[in-house]
Amino acid sequence: MNTCRLLIFLCLALTAQLTQAGPKIERWQTLAGTRVLFVEDHSLPIIDVEVDFAAGAAHEGAGQEGVAGLTRSLIDLGAGGMDETQIASRLADLGARLSGGVDLDRASLTLRTLSMVDKRGPALDLLQAILSRPTFPVEVLAREKARSVAALKEALTRPDTIASKAFWSAMYAEHPYGRQATPESVSTLQRADVLAFHATHYGAARASLAIVGDLTRSQAEALAEQLTRGLPAGPAIGDLAAPRLPIAGEQRIEHPAAQAHLLIGMPALKRGDPDFFPLAVGNYSLGGGGFVSRLMKEVRDKRGLAYSVHSYFLPLQQLGPFQIGLQTKKAQANDALKVTREVLVAFLEQGPSEVELQAAKQNLIGSFPLRLDSNRKILENVAMIGFYDLPLDYLDRYPENIERVTIAEIRAAFARRVRPAHLVTVVVGGE
Amino acid sequence: MPMHCARSSALLLLLAAPLATLANPYERQLANGLRVIVKEDRRAPTVAHMVWYRAGSMDETNGRTGVAHVLEHMMFKGTPTAGPGEFNRRVAAAGGRDNAFTSRDYTAYFQQVPKQKLAEMMQLEADRMRHLTLDDKEFAQEIRVVMEERRLRTDDQPQSLLFEQLNAVAFQVHPYRVPIIGWMNDLENMTASDARHWYDSWYAPNNAYVVVVGDVDHQAVFGLAEQYYGVLQARPLPVRKPQEEPSQVGVRRLTVKAPADLPVVMMAYKVPVIRNVEQDVDPYALEMLAAVLAGHDAARFTRHLVREQRLAVNAVAGYDSTTRGPGIFHLYGSPSAGKTRAELEVGLRAELARVQQDGVAAEELARAKAQLIAGQIYKLDSIFAQAMEIGQLEAVGVPYTMNRRMIEKLQEVTAEQVQAVARKYFRDELLTVAELDPQPLPQTPLARSPFAPRH
Repeated sequence: MNTCRLLIFLCLALTAQLTQAGPKIERWQTLAGTRVLFVEDHSLPIIDVEVDFAAGAAHEGAGQEGVAGLTRSLIDLGAGGMDETQIASRLADLGARLSGGVDLDRASLTLRTLSMVDKRGPALDLLQAILSRPTFPVEVLAREKARSVAALKEALTRPDTIASKAFWSAMYAEHPYGRQATPESVSTLQRADVLAFHATHYGAARASLAIVGDLTRSQAEALAEQLTRGLPAGPAIGDLAAPRLPIAGEQRIEHPAAQAHLLIGMPALKRGDPDFFPLAVGNYSLGGGGFVSRLMKEVRDKRGLAYSVHSYFLPLQQLGPFQIGLQTKKAQANDALKVTREVLVAFLEQGPSEVELQAAKQNLIGSFPLRLDSNRKILENVAMIGFYDLPLDYLDRYPENIERVTIAEIRAAFARRVRPAHLVTVVVGGE
Repeated sequence: MPMHCARSSALLLLLAAPLATLANPYERQLANGLRVIVKEDRRAPTVAHMVWYRAGSMDETNGRTGVAHVLEHMMFKGTPTAGPGEFNRRVAAAGGRDNAFTSRDYTAYFQQVPKQKLAEMMQLEADRMRHLTLDDKEFAQEIRVVMEERRLRTDDQPQSLLFEQLNAVAFQVHPYRVPIIGWMNDLENMTASDARHWYDSWYAPNNAYVVVVGDVDHQAVFGLAEQYYGVLQARPLPVRKPQEEPSQVGVRRLTVKAPADLPVVMMAYKVPVIRNVEQDVDPYALEMLAAVLAGHDAARFTRHLVREQRLAVNAVAGYDSTTRGPGIFHLYGSPSAGKTRAELEVGLRAELARVQQDGVAAEELARAKAQLIAGQIYKLDSIFAQAMEIGQLEAVGVPYTMNRRMIEKLQEVTAEQVQAVARKYFRDELLTVAELDPQPLPQTPLARSPFAPRH
């Protein structure tokens, strides 16, 4: 019976896999040395471009916390002889949208423009100016520092921010992933710090470019050359060091909020690691699968302890965290923590059941088309593949890599990556 | 992956569908009153399926606030044929994503699934449209989850508290005065029978419509809708009382104290919304005013208040011209360090006065319109966004077919009309001002336990 069902499922999965290839991704390098990934799609008159630099917060020097975010926020506030108002006005006139931000690894700029020549030409010229000739005006810098300090001070009154900052410090200690911007560190940043960070980290060799939409390969090649030829050369920089794993421990921080915020986790997974697939399938059953995970059933459905409870792996350039998070009425904090730990321990011991395994695969493989059903989603995937230099057939092979996972592999991968001797816990609020 | 190609160099041509697809979206009404709206979009092999009920928090009564949203939660708690949790399990097994949302005007449920799973989604939605179990024990658990949601999203969020209090003061009669999630005391005293009464009152095919957007054939969808939803009976609906808000006759002010660092000023002016797509003028002009004030990074609020005067760390204007209830035009922001809430309020008012006196430049209006048109094209990249657009218009009684006409009406707005609405509605008699007065946390720095090793 079971074998029969499994066989049927495998056949279905195989059919699905044949019809579920990802988009056709083309890849090359610009003369300046930037990796380019391109997906041609003429169904809508839209072009999406994402430029990612290895210029995230992990690349800040000690004492420079906040400089990555500040550099990224200033880069489009003055460039190529235009001030911030001229840049924003021109973008708006064209109906173009420039967005982006920084995370630990990346600083990104994302441009969405209409593909008609009279729109895309000027919009891409603006992006080129921003990439190659940013001016970092001193008065804008002072203002953006003040806004950043105000936002940080506000965030530091909130239980979720306090919990998150304490959690990352506990997991990573002195590693760059554990360093955090503070109002004090941002206040001391000078224009020279921003210029140096830009010159060092916004170079062509540290960039990757993703292009999706209504243009041909030769147009995309010209665009990629245009955007990257003026980038700073930039020095060669070594890779981030691996973090040391923390010793298991628990920290409690008082807070007057109605709810306590709980986080449990440890550094666990790098991008491109083959453990990604067993961990993804296993985590679906533990706390990743929306409303159907064990954590959701035990914490929310059976006990009404929380509105949201989740677990996930965040693979980064270096070991990114495994994390469980929830919020609950403060009097219930200890009950919720106990239930959560019990669910985790049981999962680490046994792994998912056969039924859970099949449900996880069914969803992760079945939902594959939903991951790629818009240019925006394709761009996100392609930019990630480009930045982390994953294989070009990463999306094509995703369903079969999920399908192949066994319970034994899940248990082994979790045993390697989620180790009670290294799990840190942070509770903000509670009694 | 994308299958077909509809290139055009003229934007407006592109917005006007090619002849062959002029009928897209397609619509059919079933005998039980349920309307089914289908938009074919064959770019990817997925589909968005939504069921919208014309019942939101504005249809609640005193003492039972929050029941629309509680019922939304209970809709996932099972029917005789699909037990508790089964709905989510089946959607997940279909490779789908699902959720629901409750607003002041409506309650809606959606699934995004691979296209071959649409029939199963319809079967599940039709089942819970009539056969919800609403078990007492499940209710007792779920109401606790909803109270946690209120703590998370409102009680511990100073800006949400401020917004809740602002609505409670700006509206004294109209049910827009109550929060969608409900007052905590009402949640504490809510019973399963309150939820049952709500469900029996409003969850009927003649009070709902289905929106399907994606890689589907509309005739096939109509067939499925007939099969699954067609068997449900229409039922008489409760009478809706208008509960019109009496005229405001003077400025209203309130303050909220909460743990925070940044002060906030929120100003709410009572303004009209679209009631007649063809004849209305002012709501379109108000939309353009919001775009000129705060539609992009070089718009007036950011340019003047944040960048030039350094009066605010942020300043925003917001207006929604499509609501069932009365309209509000919001202005809000946080003062920069060293500036007061009063100074920011003066600055926000000065921006309004400038429009009242000098109007807006043709260039500013053209910029707002360029963004509007581009935004319409960008929306085509998401089948979910297209389904939401149809659903939200229908929720407030505007036929989705009027969308194109509304875009034209926005394009027709003149600088004189923008100045006219600025003069007409931005008066103190129509204003409510709410201020967040930040309170320091009890201990600074917060007491922390040492990082204690655990074994």
